[in-house]
Amino acid sequence: MEDDAPVIYGLEFQARALTAQTAETDAIRFLVGTQSLKFDNQIHIIDFDDENNIINKNVLLHQAGEIWHIGASPADKAVLTTCYNKTSDSRLVSCAAVWRMPSDWETGSHESPDDSAHNPQTLELLCRLDDSAHGNAACVLWEPMGDGKRVISLADNNALLWDLQESSTQATVSSTATLEGKGQLKFTAGKWSPHHNCSQLATANDTAIRGWDLRTMSQIYCIENAHGQLVRDLDFNPNRQYYLASCGDDCKVKFWDVRNVQEPIKTLEEHSHWVWSVRYNHSHDQLVLTASSDSRLILSNMVSISSEPFGHLVDDEELSEGEDNHQEDKDLEMRSPNKQPVNGSRGTV
Amino acid sequence: MDGEADGSVTVSEDSGRRRRVHGMLKLYYGLNEEGKTPEQPESLDPCDINGPHFDPELYLNKLRRECSLAELMDQETCMVKQIRSLDSDMQTLVYENYNKFISATDTIRKMKNDFKKMEDEMDCLSANMAAITDFSARISGTLQDQHTQITKLSGVHTLLRKLQFLFELPARLNKCLELQAYAQAVSSHRRARCVLQQYSHLPSFKGIQDDCHAIMDKLAQEINVVVRMDGGSSAKDLSECVELLLQLDEPAEELCDKFLSHARSRLESDLQGLEAEIRPYPSTSALKDASARRSSSAAPVGSPTDGSPKTSSLSSPSSNTDILEFIDRGCNEFVSSLCLVITSYQELFINHAQTGELASKNIPQMANGKLHAFVDDLAARYFSLVERRIQEEKGVGDNSLLVRALDRFHRRLQAVAKLLPGSAVPNQGTEIVIRAATERVKQYLCALQSFYMDSLTDVRQALATPRLSVAGASVAGGGALLGGPASGRDAPTSLPELLSSLSASILNQIKSVLASVHLFTAKDITFSNKPYFKGEFCSQGVRESLVVSFIKFLCQSSRQFCESAGDKGGSTPPALLLLLSRLCLDYETSTISYILTLTDEQFLVQHHSPVTPVTSLCAEAREAAQKLLNHYVKVQGLIISQMLRKSVETRDWVNTIEPRNVRAVMKRVVEDTTSIDVQVGLLYEEGVRKAHSSDSSKRTFSVYSSSRQQARYAASYTPSAPMDTNLLSNIHKLFSERIDIFSSVEFNKVSVMTGIIKISLKTFLECVRLRTFGRYGLQQIQVDCHYLQMYLWRFVSDENLVHFLLDEIVGSSAHRCLDPAPMEQSVIEVICERG
Repeated sequence: MEDDAPVIYGLEFQARALTAQTAETDAIRFLVGTQSLKFDNQIHIIDFDDENNIINKNVLLHQAGEIWHIGASPADKAVLTTCYNKTSDSRLVSCAAVWRMPSDWETGSHESPDDSAHNPQTLELLCRLDDSAHGNAACVLWEPMGDGKRVISLADNNALLWDLQESSTQATVSSTATLEGKGQLKFTAGKWSPHHNCSQLATANDTAIRGWDLRTMSQIYCIENAHGQLVRDLDFNPNRQYYLASCGDDCKVKFWDVRNVQEPIKTLEEHSHWVWSVRYNHSHDQLVLTASSDSRLILSNMVSISSEPFGHLVDDEELSEGEDNHQEDKDLEMRSPNKQPVNGSRGTV
Repeated sequence: MDGEADGSVTVSEDSGRRRRVHGMLKLYYGLNEEGKTPEQPESLDPCDINGPHFDPELYLNKLRRECSLAELMDQETCMVKQIRSLDSDMQTLVYENYNKFISATDTIRKMKNDFKKMEDEMDCLSANMAAITDFSARISGTLQDQHTQITKLSGVHTLLRKLQFLFELPARLNKCLELQAYAQAVSSHRRARCVLQQYSHLPSFKGIQDDCHAIMDKLAQEINVVVRMDGGSSAKDLSECVELLLQLDEPAEELCDKFLSHARSRLESDLQGLEAEIRPYPSTSALKDASARRSSSAAPVGSPTDGSPKTSSLSSPSSNTDILEFIDRGCNEFVSSLCLVITSYQELFINHAQTGELASKNIPQMANGKLHAFVDDLAARYFSLVERRIQEEKGVGDNSLLVRALDRFHRRLQAVAKLLPGSAVPNQGTEIVIRAATERVKQYLCALQSFYMDSLTDVRQALATPRLSVAGASVAGGGALLGGPASGRDAPTSLPELLSSLSASILNQIKSVLASVHLFTAKDITFSNKPYFKGEFCSQGVRESLVVSFIKFLCQSSRQFCESAGDKGGSTPPALLLLLSRLCLDYETSTISYILTLTDEQFLVQHHSPVTPVTSLCAEAREAAQKLLNHYVKVQGLIISQMLRKSVETRDWVNTIEPRNVRAVMKRVVEDTTSIDVQVGLLYEEGVRKAHSSDSSKRTFSVYSSSRQQARYAASYTPSAPMDTNLLSNIHKLFSERIDIFSSVEFNKVSVMTGIIKISLKTFLECVRLRTFGRYGLQQIQVDCHYLQMYLWRFVSDENLVHFLLDEIVGSSAHRCLDPAPMEQSVIEVICERG
């Protein structure tokens, strides 16, 4: 993408939810969920063709409400989860649900892309991840590289592990973990670790990061005051099982070894405002992308704490700013008042 | 004007005429008044009538040219008068002299008569003398014969006496041996030795010689025994013995060794005494207990890291004797006896030998070599003791004692240097002094650093106790907002006082340390004129590793406050950050250059090697100040942000009631901001702000939401064309000025306040975007923002910034609103006025 022109894709509405579709192995595909209080919300399916450097898009309707979080099934590329806000009787409810894309969404789009915008197809609801006892879902996490049968939803101060049955049309809570403590505790972010046979979960609430064992649903570690302010996002190093990156309102990005939670192994202070999102590149874990409300994306090359500290003769900790293909895309998004995202699987670099 | 000048001349002439006339005569005869040199240089003016270069022609011409007739007449009468008086004076003098001439002539005539009488008597005397000479010659002629006989007889007598001495020699020597009068024995033997040698072919003499040899051998043995046995004999006795042995042709090398080994034993006892001073003997348990107790009490002061493994690390013997006493003792005992040994040794083996027959055998060189080795060895031990003792000097209280001790140490070594020109000892001594000095400088740096940290702790406590920080000040600040600025003075007035006292005490400390260190280079200290103390000590030692290091330390420790405080929720009180930032800034502007100038002046630093320039230190201080101030802004901003974030996150904005009041949290924000403003204002200048628009000062503000905002609502939220306007607003934002939230601030109040308010409002904005609002929720935000607008514009450099951010907040909340029905501007104003 050295000399390629930036690829820009505009959305009608503001958006905070974006994910890469990991089950899709042929194409580079992202899902974006929009936020609009007054109109029907949409899910944009964006295919990036890196050979021709063009974008193909499709739009599906998500009529249930504005999307705050989106997650794609690792096994079935037609299945996804969203967390959304729904207003009913002047009350605001946060819900989570599993959806299936209509089977023929791909066919119509190529013929007349304009049509799809005007008359988009609607998502098919598979099941709701609602439990009357636990409201306000913050995010839904798929089991990494799993068979698409297990998800975790974080709702207020609970982490719920769901089993999806009968081709995802039915969901039952198999176990729960609850965060106890003073005041109103609330999970703000979480990540399902791909290591340890997918038996660990990391969550963030306020300034603390906690690790959970999913087999016993008990806490295994806790990083108090991981950030000076709210922790906004987490990500596991895909290749080093104990390494974790976090970011937050103190404008910092920190890297942790969860075996020693006293001190971060590295801290980056490149952003000048809240850092909303942090992601490792899935295959080259020295590459870390962060997004901030200072309207900047920063791609950091952290060779010294990667899984191959000596593997590549790349300059250590070289920072490149805004060289990413999504930069322009994102910059526009940043300037429009919506924030989230950047999930780079194959998309980044 | 001429008349005036003349008048003054005549007046002075009248008063001192007589004196002057005499003076003029004396001048003529080449005499000065009472032999003194003339006070005034002679005038070269040819018109000066009293001057030596007076030219009557010129004077006359001048008078004629310059004076009127009347004046000329006056001048003439005056001149005539003067001439007349001069004449009379001359006459008196001539008479006086004439009388003297007459009396002199009389005297001469009298003398002539007397001499004639004397001449006759002298002739008589010479005749008598000739007669006497004649008689005396006749007498000596008669006595001649007897005289030669007597001479011969006395010669025989002497010879006989000598022979008798020779024959008696063995007996005499034996007796001397018995009486232990070795010196006498040796001198007797020496006198006889040559004769005996010469006449040894005669059997009788041979016997005597053998006897003598036997006795002398015995004698030599005995002296050797004495030398060996008598460890306690004084150096003088010893040198006597050695001298005797030398005269007895004992091998010099052996004697050197013996002499030195003997001297060594005594010097070593001195050294042991010194060592005992350093390390109290552990044999007496009472002493040990005492020292243990002492050391335990003294332990927190500074545990000495002792080089010697035998010394228990805590037994601090510095309490036994101070270093000056120690050095004194070392000098008086060890060094002086060393000098004594050197002198007597040189006297015996080197100077002595150079004249005598020993010189041929290279004795002096050998002896000299031995002496050097000996002195070096002992001096090395002495030095190691001194160094150990110096290392124990940890307390930095009184430097003069150490300097005086070092001075004495160094001064006494000069004596050794004089005695032993080629020795390395003085240089080693100087090196010790240098090491001690550098060590001392290091200790001072540590002391300065710990002093600085202590004073910071004090400041911290002072800040904590009267509740100066945000919470306490906010009450006062709130009062200031409502009741005028006077009441805000209450709590935080001591902030500038703290700053000034802190910086003054640091400066004082630096000055006193400099004064202490300066003792090393004082004129009366012997080692101060060594090249090291003139050059490197001043530049590298004092300037670089003391002053510059301290300033660097100050900046660095300040910077650490920014780094450590970030994670653990701001352990440093913000007021301290502000204070330190000001301190660093002051250092940048004046203090650093002042301190360095002071140092350079005091130490006359000549920069042979490159030194840290003032500018780089200033840059470092400025960087630290900037970092601290940025951090202060960040900390204060985050405190307010936190408040705003909690207030937005915990409320149910959909089901809120119609706003009747400004929310309490907004009042709190304004109060806190005001108190921060007061706090910053105490230490930083106002700074420049952009010109206010004329209506911003008015309480009834109307700028922002009424016209612009209202229009935007209307455009944005009519359902007919949502996408276009959205796009338009996005594009609008793309091209509007970007606001850097956590950017660097300038060193003035307005910039600091702008930074804090920017961070706070940005947080507010981000939080609002995460929420969903009902109609009244939006209206509440409108009211809150209007309230903030009313009070915050005055703090910032550019009020448009506040407008813009508040605009964004209201806009975003309208966007996030389910039922966007904005409140009437007039109603908002009424609510805010009431609040």
